[in-house]
Amino acid sequence: MASLNDFLFISGLLFAIGLAGVIIRRNIIVIFMSLELMLAAASLTLVAFSRFHVQNGLPDYNGQVFVFFIITVAAAEVAVGLAIIVALYRARQTINVEDLTSMRG
Amino acid sequence: MPSLAFYLFALLAVAGGVMLVAFRNPVASALSMVLSFVGLAGLFIGLNAYFVGIVQILVYAGAIMVLFVFIIMLLDLNNEEKVKFRSSTLVAGVGIPLLLAVQVLGVIQSGPTDEEVAFTEITPDTMKESAAELYPEITEDTPLKDRPAIYKSLTHETSPKLPDTNLIGHTIFSGYNFPLQVIGLLLLVATVGVVVLSKRSNKTVAQDVSES
Repeated sequence: MASLNDFLFISGLLFAIGLAGVIIRRNIIVIFMSLELMLAAASLTLVAFSRFHVQNGLPDYNGQVFVFFIITVAAAEVAVGLAIIVALYRARQTINVEDLTSMRG
Repeated sequence: MPSLAFYLFALLAVAGGVMLVAFRNPVASALSMVLSFVGLAGLFIGLNAYFVGIVQILVYAGAIMVLFVFIIMLLDLNNEEKVKFRSSTLVAGVGIPLLLAVQVLGVIQSGPTDEEVAFTEITPDTMKESAAELYPEITEDTPLKDRPAIYKSLTHETSPKLPDTNLIGHTIFSGYNFPLQVIGLLLLVATVGVVVLSKRSNKTVAQDVSES
């Protein structure tokens, strides 16, 4: 079985890829998807540590409950975020972040 | 032993992530996101977190992906991005994450070695021991119908299984009762918020009527 270090590295790599997507991409929906990827990378760390911190010979389920809550919040966040994007598209007819500059003082 | 399944699913997760960033078509990006999350769910299952892995597939690959593709199709954004990326954003977008990845690698390298942080194996024997530690009051004489489900699946004669879902349920309802209810409220608030956000205000409806 792979060790904790391997899982932490994969998690860090996925987080870095998500960050690259947030910085590079101009399409707000793809930026949102990259954010989801970063969130999921963080849950991989939690699950790996939950499996590593064995209690009574069983994984520490507190970490997995935390991941369960993260998934719930992420689902709610996606619903609200996409509703905001639809409202934005209705108002501006664009989802390119370079064209959305009304908050740039 | 570094298992083959770990490398397969890790590769799937990372390749999906790279494709998510690299594809210019948003639908292709959404599908690569699903590929990445399937790989991630495989890693979860490899970590004996069966419930979280299944929920990851159900929620992300099922619900969230459908929502993303639905919005992409609804807004008719299927056309590819033609804008060239500015070189300054490209440098920042590749440089900063690369720096982060190198930093993570450095921290892992300087930390404990692979042998020191190897996972403890969970075998039928260790599961029997944990069942005995979790339920010290249960002895050989306890009738089968009085034994809890967690104990029964941990000490099953022919096929002992890690009762992952039971244990998570036990943890949630014994230690996280209040957070669970707060999460329920959060989902309700999010539902109401989405309805309010997508409702067209009376002003815009009136404008549309007067324009047509």
